[in-house]
Amino acid sequence: MGKTLFDKIWDKHVVEKIENGPSVLYIDTHFIHEVTSPQAFKGIEKRGLKVFRPKQTIATADHNVPTLNQHLPIKDALSRMQVEALIENCNNHGIELYGLGHPYQGIVHVIGPELGITQPGMTIVCGDSHTSTHGAFGTVAFGIGTSEVEMVFASQCVLQTKPKTMRINIEGNLQKGVVSKDIILYIISKISASGATGYFVEYAGSTIRGLSMEARMTICNMSIEMGARGGMIAPDETTFNYLKGRAFAPAGEKWEQKKKEWETLYSDEDAAFDEELFIDAAAIQPMITYGTNPGLGIAITARIPVTDTIPDEGERKNIIKALEYMGLQSGKSLIGMPVQHVFIGSCTNSRIEDLRSVAALIKGKKKNDSVQVMIVPGSQQVAQQVKEEGLDIIFSEAGFVIRQAGCSACLGMNEDKIPAGEYCISTSNRNFEGRQGAGARTLLASPLTAAAAAITGVVTDVREII
Amino acid sequence: MKALSKINSRFVPLSAENVDTDQIIPARFLKATTRDGFGKNLFRDWRYEQDDETKPKLDFILNQPEYSGEILVAGKNFGCGSSREHAAWAIVDYGFKAVVSSFFADIFKNNALNNGLLPVTVSDNFLQTIFSLSNSSTLSIDIEEQTITIDQTNQTEKFELNPYKKTCLLNGYDDIDFLLSRRTAIENFEKELA
Repeated sequence: MGKTLFDKIWDKHVVEKIENGPSVLYIDTHFIHEVTSPQAFKGIEKRGLKVFRPKQTIATADHNVPTLNQHLPIKDALSRMQVEALIENCNNHGIELYGLGHPYQGIVHVIGPELGITQPGMTIVCGDSHTSTHGAFGTVAFGIGTSEVEMVFASQCVLQTKPKTMRINIEGNLQKGVVSKDIILYIISKISASGATGYFVEYAGSTIRGLSMEARMTICNMSIEMGARGGMIAPDETTFNYLKGRAFAPAGEKWEQKKKEWETLYSDEDAAFDEELFIDAAAIQPMITYGTNPGLGIAITARIPVTDTIPDEGERKNIIKALEYMGLQSGKSLIGMPVQHVFIGSCTNSRIEDLRSVAALIKGKKKNDSVQVMIVPGSQQVAQQVKEEGLDIIFSEAGFVIRQAGCSACLGMNEDKIPAGEYCISTSNRNFEGRQGAGARTLLASPLTAAAAAITGVVTDVREII
Repeated sequence: MKALSKINSRFVPLSAENVDTDQIIPARFLKATTRDGFGKNLFRDWRYEQDDETKPKLDFILNQPEYSGEILVAGKNFGCGSSREHAAWAIVDYGFKAVVSSFFADIFKNNALNNGLLPVTVSDNFLQTIFSLSNSSTLSIDIEEQTITIDQTNQTEKFELNPYKKTCLLNGYDDIDFLLSRRTAIENFEKELA
């Protein structure tokens, strides 16, 4: 029987399988950042160890950095100490750091791909659950905890139990105004925030093949929001075209050799998956979430579920609690509801294509007076490209504020927070209680839907203004 | 890591489902560079009004002195969301040794085990039975036997535990010691891969 794409990569990286236990899985590339690494460095130092393979470790500062005045010392003492600890740790262990001020700095899941570090067939880990983003290149990439970061520091391996496999096939053409963010929000709304727990997901089908690399990254990025260990897409010409010529991509003869290897990375026709789903792309509409987990999403023109009719008691209670937090009503539509903030950024949607799509929609328009709009490019390189393409002028003329690269208001670790009780349409990945600041109310949506709300000041069906 | 074999204790019931790690420990408390002291901020925004320790939310279970113990019992899909191990550190630092639920998120489960915090997966029915118990009831968890028992009724259920992880818990071994013992194999593997 044939092998799945996942099995091909996983099996090639198993150093050893412990009887009745996990596998020792070799890691090609380890990304680290300031928040989930300091305790791991302390851990190996306590054991008198150095990082085993520093050249396979790449660091950046993203979660906890300010998005204003990055050339000045960080004001918040604890944040500053954490970023300084990363610098010191990287120095001590010989790890390349793309820290503040470096032209390659940015959100870890934006810079890995844009620098060509992320390549098909690799195993990639990072102490961050959105590491699944890199799966868009046909990699086995997943988020790990700090103890596991320490394992990789010590041995370039992690102990992992092999997950089950799921394939999600999406076929057909997308409607106007529907983008990859809507696809993944739709899938999560169908299978719930825990629907893929225990699985590694492969996304396949004609719709996926038709997407750009950046659009594919958005989908793989949110795999964790349905509980999946990771998400992946088989590499193809789109992947190779994206990679070719990037800073750390192979070149010349090496490129040809690698490309041949990469062309073998697909699920064989007779490969069996533990679970398989089929989705009709034409059925997907622009999506928005109304609740406090990413599974609580609806088509933008639909109504919030009527809680009385939800049969499962646990789910009913959940949704009632979520609606209470969100200040929303069962059975109502969100269209026309005022929002106070629009956040365009995060490892889900802060790449140049996202920002181009926003600029194209709002060109020549002004934001609504009642809404504050913040754009946070995913990396220094994206920020540079925004300037080169003149998008910054379009944004400024519309009254949007452009910040410097970082995770920013996606998780509210730095000062970019949404005030309690206020609504934010956000292109990020999580609408958990307090995620964007204590009491903040997050509505997840695509960059297009976020941009539409920026112009109208209310939840808007983007199809009505394009 | 400390060895762990049996837990016998009262429990704290938190019936909410999909408890994500942002609730367990909000991001603003992730600025530390050590593993210690996260317990005081466990469930911070569910525990206190306006982030103020002098204003406990009395309807939240950790603020109800009639509930206490070394076991946290939670609704399904516990620990979803962010991979932050700080969530497991906070639960351990608060004093819990086990979390019981009908379903755990993957990364959280690994993080818990790597910190000697036992995730016990029980059936939906068993979970509902625990939620219906009085606050004086106690639970017994036996890692060797892989059982969880309601002491007052003797109702018992087996739970799954990877044999490797079981050995680690019972003996206080950690994965890094194991991986270090395999360095030669790893180096040989690297040569083959190259």
